Amino acid sequence: MVFPGTWSDRDCAHAVLDVLQEPVRYIDHREQNVDGLELVILPGGFSYGDYLRCGAIARFAPVMEAVADFANRGGLVLGICNGFQILQEARLLPGALLRNASCEFRCEWVHLRVEQSNSAFTLDCRPGQVLRIPISHGEGNFFADPQTLDALERNGQVVFRYCAPDGRVTADSNPNGSVRNIAGISNAHGNVVGMMPHPERACEPLLGGSDGLAIFRSAIHALTRVAV
Amino acid sequence: MAVAIKREQLDAVALNEEEYRAIVRAIGRDPNDLEIGMFGALWSEHCAYKTSKTLLRQLPTEGPHVLQGPGENAGAVDIGDGLAVVFKIESHNHPSAIEPYQGAATGVGGILRDVFAMGARPIAILDALRFGPLDSGRSRHLFHGVVAGIGGYGNCFGCPTVGGEVYFDEGYADNPIVNAMCVGLVRHERLRRASADRAGDVVLLVGADTGRDGIHGATFASVEMDERSAERRPAVQVGNPFLEKLLCEACLRLNELEGVTAIQDLGAAGLTSAAGELAHRGHRGIDIDVDRVSRREQGMSAYDVMLSESQERMLVVVRPDAEASAREIFDHFELHADRIGTITGTARMRVREQGITVADVPLKALVDGVPLRTPAAAFAEKRPAPAMPLVEEPEAILLDLIASPNLRSRRPIYRTYDHQVQDNTVIGPGFDAALLRVPATDKGLALTTDGNSRYVALDPYEGTRVAVAEAARNIVCTGARPIAVTNCLNFGNPERPEIFGQLQESVRGLADACRALELPVVSGNVSLYNETSERNIPPTPVIGMVGLLDDLSRRCPAGFQDDGDIVFLLGETREELAGSEYFRLLGAPLEGRPPVVSFEAERRLQAAMLDSIGRGVLRCAHDVSDGGLLIALAESALYGGRGLRCPGIAGPVSREAAYFGESQGRIVVSVAPRRVPELQKLMANRHVPLQAIGVVGGEDLQVGSDIRISLDTLRQAWETAF
Repeated sequence: MVFPGTWSDRDCAHAVLDVLQEPVRYIDHREQNVDGLELVILPGGFSYGDYLRCGAIARFAPVMEAVADFANRGGLVLGICNGFQILQEARLLPGALLRNASCEFRCEWVHLRVEQSNSAFTLDCRPGQVLRIPISHGEGNFFADPQTLDALERNGQVVFRYCAPDGRVTADSNPNGSVRNIAGISNAHGNVVGMMPHPERACEPLLGGSDGLAIFRSAIHALTRVAV
Repeated sequence: MAVAIKREQLDAVALNEEEYRAIVRAIGRDPNDLEIGMFGALWSEHCAYKTSKTLLRQLPTEGPHVLQGPGENAGAVDIGDGLAVVFKIESHNHPSAIEPYQGAATGVGGILRDVFAMGARPIAILDALRFGPLDSGRSRHLFHGVVAGIGGYGNCFGCPTVGGEVYFDEGYADNPIVNAMCVGLVRHERLRRASADRAGDVVLLVGADTGRDGIHGATFASVEMDERSAERRPAVQVGNPFLEKLLCEACLRLNELEGVTAIQDLGAAGLTSAAGELAHRGHRGIDIDVDRVSRREQGMSAYDVMLSESQERMLVVVRPDAEASAREIFDHFELHADRIGTITGTARMRVREQGITVADVPLKALVDGVPLRTPAAAFAEKRPAPAMPLVEEPEAILLDLIASPNLRSRRPIYRTYDHQVQDNTVIGPGFDAALLRVPATDKGLALTTDGNSRYVALDPYEGTRVAVAEAARNIVCTGARPIAVTNCLNFGNPERPEIFGQLQESVRGLADACRALELPVVSGNVSLYNETSERNIPPTPVIGMVGLLDDLSRRCPAGFQDDGDIVFLLGETREELAGSEYFRLLGAPLEGRPPVVSFEAERRLQAAMLDSIGRGVLRCAHDVSDGGLLIALAESALYGGRGLRCPGIAGPVSREAAYFGESQGRIVVSVAPRRVPELQKLMANRHVPLQAIGVVGGEDLQVGSDIRISLDTLRQAWETAF
């Protein structure tokens, strides 16, 4: 999905097409439907410059109605970074992403603990598995009220938490102040996932690691399973 | 007489009377106000290089792989596979001194436009920064503002910031240095030159509306600053990286379109410069109708429109029959495009407002007619190096050095920059050079900027040679072969003989060094008048260099890789301490002779390095530079998270010079024990001295009985916050 100001579109396409050899189509923000697609990725970037509030304008893009329909019909949707922010603004995922607690942009490798393997994007992972994936954002500080958080935890919708390399969830390993170290969540059905880290940047050892492949492979696996 | 009447006006645009008379001669009459403004901007030092042009002719600009040398928006060099690397470095010092965030942000914006105007997709940004010491509130304000501005623009635009450098020195307290380099890639056949050579073509102004921001920015950048400079804040432009991203995508798509004659960015001196340059390069003329230019505010005069430096604007010249297709592209990106004029056969720039011609000047005079200046040069007397006490506590010195602002880890800075977007960053910031994958190939591009102004202050000729040699060594340490240079010459007020003397010697050093290493200079920028309230910056040439690695699997890291690997020092250590970080730490006056480069030895060292890395002999390589050998060893230990056991460093020089001297032409390498004979042979073949230093392993950095510091302690000092 390409909004004005999106820049991880080419990186996501590279991961899916060049690395995983799966077909890719770029979706323009003005398109009216997403028919024929199996997986929609809302990549990172600064849609509309993030000038009002991250994702606040992109959610009004014509294509977002089609994405909501697609998600409600069980289609797989992954929001990465700015894409996560857009999914929240579109009410496809709960919570909000505030300015990093450091008040600074952060681009660095972090460790994520996979909290549950029921989402379409963690099917190939085991709970407790640690993935090393980079973040790159200024506003990734996940926030939700305690009731929402408890519901997310109860329903197994917390997908990733920032953790130490050994998997311990510690304050030191939290790069942005996210409540309960939350790095990614899913909707109740597990077909829509939003995450701040960039798995498309962790698909080749040459670039420092390939743990991000597990996320894309899980989605491909989920699609094959549905098809069978 | 006319000149007397115009005195105040001339001051406002920083022209002198001789230049005024040259304008009168060129146009055959007294210029009107608008014409004076246009000439003032294009004849400013910033646009016309009137003081430096004669000197710059010494630089080697040609080579078998050069596709575009200086004179275009950016230089271009062939890297095989039908691809060209396009790059340039530029200064934004004056705006950043007044408004650090926007000054730095628009510096990044400007250099990005230079690269995508050439048809190339920007793939990397590097920044060379200099500030005063951080114990001053103003320096902290400038430092944090500039870093935030670079990140704010580059991160939003989606181009990774992969490298650069930052140094702190009292000499920059009033006048910081902000140089931004951008690197892009393009297929040969799509490399574009901004030359409008067809009369009748349509001129479109695309992107942002034109406001009153930045009027006389080029002039402002060409005069010294004083306490009233803060009043020039309205002359600093405000950046919109989101709009720039759309412009970039539109221009790259436009570049594939038939019938597009030229694409040119609007930078210093705005529309006047952009329109003038592209028509003049094509030996044509241009008519501009200022009423067609969309504006941000009412009541703007032709003068305001022609001299505005509003950001995120491009001029696009197309054949009339291609205008509709071009507009389709702009519409797709929701960009606004005004048809503001036409290319003519007149070789003149004519500006019309409400049907009346308000300026009419010959382009050759406007773009290329400035009388060159040759100021007097004076050369500082060289003084012997100060005598310093011996090192009594090398361990404490090492810890103080590695925690000092010039040597400590840059991670707190570069982690605020997106250095990974576009999925090509193989080696990111924080090492000798960044290494990027060339998409869809096995090749890599190594990128670095370099320049030690303390050496240049001691000896502009030798110091500039060092900067070139060190940049090349940084590139070579990754395994890549240096291929070309861009440069940014930041100096004080050239009307002062000692400053012009520095510039003259520095350019001579640059030319000699580039010739010695057979490196063409393909682009560059000169920033003079870095003077505030009569204080001039230290002479600061910044070298940007690009290297090519044919096979990324043959790259070499900078950190120790495996316990048991043997560490060697390549090159010769001399008794060279003047200008060192060690002397700075001890508070020694900046005197003496800086380290001197032998290019004969440098070439042998670099050839031997490339040979060794190509054969897979080396496990790691790290250039010995600021801080000397112990700092280089400590950094390799910290990068790799492995200690070093060194029984002691022997040699013909003092312990101070051995530990902390900054002799050039030296590299720390590590090698697996079984390949030591091979390394020895490769170095012997090229007559490169090599000295065994120690063995990788353990939790400490240990040097004889002098030093034993745990990596944790070392890391804590290294990671001191800014």
